[in-house]
Amino acid sequence: MKKFTRFFATVAAVSMVAASLTGCGSKSDNTASTDTTADSATAGDTLKIGGIGPITGGAAVYGLAVKNAAELAVKEINEAGGINGMQVEFKFEDDEHDAEKSVNAYNSLKDWGMQMLMGTVTSTPCTAVVEKTHEDNMFQLTPSGSAVESIKYDNAFRVCFSDPGQGTASAKYIGENKLASKVAVIYNSSDVYSSGIYQKFAEEAKNQDFEVVSAEAFTEDSKTDFSVQLQKAKDAGADMVFLPIYYTEASLILTQANSMGYAPTFFGCDGLDGLLAVKNFDTKLADGVMLLTPFAADADDEKTQAFVSAYKEAYGDTPNQFAADTYDAIYIMKAAAEKAGVTADMSVSDICDAMKTAMTEISYDGLTGEGMTWTADGEPDKAPKAVVIKDGAYVAM
Amino acid sequence: MKKLKLNKTTKNNLITYGIVILAYIIVEAMLAGGQISSLMKGLLVPLCVYVILAVSLNLVVGILGELSLGHAGFMCVGAFSSAFFSKCTAGMMPDGLRFFLALLIGAAIAALFGLIIGIPVLRLKGDYLAIVTLAFGEIIKNLINVFFIGKDANGFHFSMKDAMSLNMDGGDVIINGPQGITGTPNDSTFTIGVILVLITLVIVLHLINSRDGRAIMSIRDNRIAAESVGINITKYKLMAFIISAALAGVAGVLYAHNLATLTALPKNFGYNQSIMILVFVVLGGIGSTRGSMIAAVVLTLLPELLRGLNDYRMLIYAIVLIVMMLLNWSPKALEMRERYSPKRLLAKRKEAKEAK
Repeated sequence: MKKFTRFFATVAAVSMVAASLTGCGSKSDNTASTDTTADSATAGDTLKIGGIGPITGGAAVYGLAVKNAAELAVKEINEAGGINGMQVEFKFEDDEHDAEKSVNAYNSLKDWGMQMLMGTVTSTPCTAVVEKTHEDNMFQLTPSGSAVESIKYDNAFRVCFSDPGQGTASAKYIGENKLASKVAVIYNSSDVYSSGIYQKFAEEAKNQDFEVVSAEAFTEDSKTDFSVQLQKAKDAGADMVFLPIYYTEASLILTQANSMGYAPTFFGCDGLDGLLAVKNFDTKLADGVMLLTPFAADADDEKTQAFVSAYKEAYGDTPNQFAADTYDAIYIMKAAAEKAGVTADMSVSDICDAMKTAMTEISYDGLTGEGMTWTADGEPDKAPKAVVIKDGAYVAM
Repeated sequence: MKKLKLNKTTKNNLITYGIVILAYIIVEAMLAGGQISSLMKGLLVPLCVYVILAVSLNLVVGILGELSLGHAGFMCVGAFSSAFFSKCTAGMMPDGLRFFLALLIGAAIAALFGLIIGIPVLRLKGDYLAIVTLAFGEIIKNLINVFFIGKDANGFHFSMKDAMSLNMDGGDVIINGPQGITGTPNDSTFTIGVILVLITLVIVLHLINSRDGRAIMSIRDNRIAAESVGINITKYKLMAFIISAALAGVAGVLYAHNLATLTALPKNFGYNQSIMILVFVVLGGIGSTRGSMIAAVVLTLLPELLRGLNDYRMLIYAIVLIVMMLLNWSPKALEMRERYSPKRLLAKRKEAKEAK
C-alpha cells in the first residue's frame, strides 16, 4: 500500500511537471526582449514604467498582446524623444492570471525601481494589486482590468470601460435604438467579465423598453455545446440574443444557431472582437452581428491603420482590443506626465500625486475613443462605439 | 549532563522547530535592517501558507499513507468561510479578535468538511480514494462559484442563480459567485504566519509521536495487522484526515486575509493547487515533516527568484522539479547518495584510522 501511494504520488507529481511544460509551449512566439531601454539613456533621466499581466497559462493571449503593444508604444515614444525629454524604460512581469503571483510581480517591479504601473491586464489580479499600489501611493493605469473594484482607490485609472459600464451601455443602446423587444442572454457564469456585464445588463434592462425573456449560463467546463441555451431562447421567442462573452464561444453559438435554423440578431461587447479571425469559422454567419467595442482592427481611420501595420510588422499578428487599450494607456501616461511635468528624480508618491491631478485635466484622442477624459474615480469618459459586421468586415453604426 | 540527553525523535523535532524560529529571527533582523527586497517581503506570508499546507498534507499522505488529491478544497473552504466572517463583522470588533475568530471558524468549517467527506471516502483505499478526493476538491470549488450571498438591513440573502435573484434592498453582496469575495481585511502578517506554522508543527509532530500517531502509522504499514490487534481503523483514519483538513483550513484563512480579492479559480483552489501541495510533500520526502516544510519554501521561492530569466522562468522551474525528483527518488541516485554520504565517509575514515 505504501509503495503504491509513493508510486502514484510520484506519477502525479511528474504529470504536474509535464503540464507546466506544455503551458510554456504555447508562448513560443514571445521573442521580444522585455527590456526596451534606449541605448542613450543614463540612469538619471529614465522613467521606469512597469507592466503586469499573464504571459504564461490560460490567459496568456491577453498578457502577450499587452506586453507587445506596450513595448511598441514605448519604442515609438523613445524614438520621438521620450516623455519630457526622459527616455522610458519598460519592464513586464508575468502574473499567470493569479492574484497572489500578481502581487509578487508587483513587488519584484518595485525592487527594480518602477515609478508608474501600467497594469494589471486581468481584473482579479488587478483588484489585489490596487491594494498594494494604494499603500505605496503608486500611480496605476490599467488597460483592461474592468471589474469595479480593480480601480477602487484614487491612484488607479483605467482605459477600458468597466464591466457594469458595458452592461449598462449595451442595455441602453438596445433600448434607445429599439433594436429588439425580446432579448435572450447567454453568458459565462464562471467568468468575472461575463457575469459582471450580465448583472448590470439585467438591471438596466428593467428601465428599458425591452424584456429579457431568458438568461442561460454556461461555465468553463461546458463551453462547447450551446444547443440547450439556444433552444430556450428560441422557445421564448427572443428576437435578439445578447452575448457578453468572448469570441471563441460566440463563434460556436453562431454556428449552432445557424444549423438549428434560428436567426435572431446577435449583440455583443468588446469580447466579441476577434470573431472574424476565428479559424474555420464561416464569416457569413457573423453577418449582422452587432458589437459594442472600443476598437476594431480593420477600421479605416489613420491612427488605427498606422497602429495595426506597425504591430503586424513587429509581431506578425493582428492586434486585439487589449493591445489597443495598452497602446493608448502608454500614450495617456505620456500625456498626463507631460501635463504634470513629471521628472525622473521625483519620488513615486510625488509622481502619483501629480499624475492623479493631471489625469483629470487631460483629454486624449486614441485608438479606443476620441476625446477621452477621466474623472477622479478613475473611470474613462468616452462614447461607446457600436459596429456591425457586414460582409466579413466591421462597419461603424 | 545527563539531563541534556534527549531521545532521537525529540531531538529531531527540536531541530524542526529550531529551523522555523531561526528563519523567523533572521528574516526579522533583515526586515529591521531594511535589507530585504519588496518581493521577498510580499512572499513571507504565502511561504507560511504553503508550509502549513505541505505539513498538513504530509499527515495524510506520509503518516496515514493515503493519497488525497483534494487538499486545495479544504483550503478553499477555510478561505471562503473566514473571509465571509471577516467581511460580515468588519468594524464590529477589534481586528485582532476578529482575525483570531476567523482562524477558528476557518479551521472548524474545514474540519467539518473533512468529516463529511472523510466518512464516505475513507472506506476506499489507494487509487479509488485518490480519485474521489480529487472529485470532492473540484466539487467544493465549483459550489463556491455558484454561491451568491448578500447582506442588507433585512438580514442575509442567498441564491445559487445570480446576484439579481438575491432581491437585495441596498446592502452588500458578500460572495458574488465567480467574482468571489473582494475587500477582505488585510490581517495576515509574517509573525502570525510563523506562529501558525509553529502551532501546526506542534500539533502534527505531537500526533505522530503519540499513541494515536503510532496507531495511524500502523494502519499505513499493515492494515490487516493493525485491525487484528484491535485498532479502530475508521476512527484513526478520520482523525488524521480531519486534523489535516482543519490545518489546511487555517492555511486558507491566512491566504484569504493576505490578498484583497478571493476567487475560486482552478489556479488557486483547483486540482493544480492540490497537486502542487502534493509535489511539496513528495519532493520533501513522503513522511518527513521537516522535508515537506523545506520543499514548500524552496518550491515557492524558486519561480519568484527565477523572474530574472524572463521567458525561460517556468521552463527552468519545471526542469529543476524533474531533477529534484530524480535525485530524491531514483534508485541509482539513492545508491549514489548512500555511497557518498558524509556520514559514511566519516565512518570509513574512522575505520581506516582504527585499522592503522
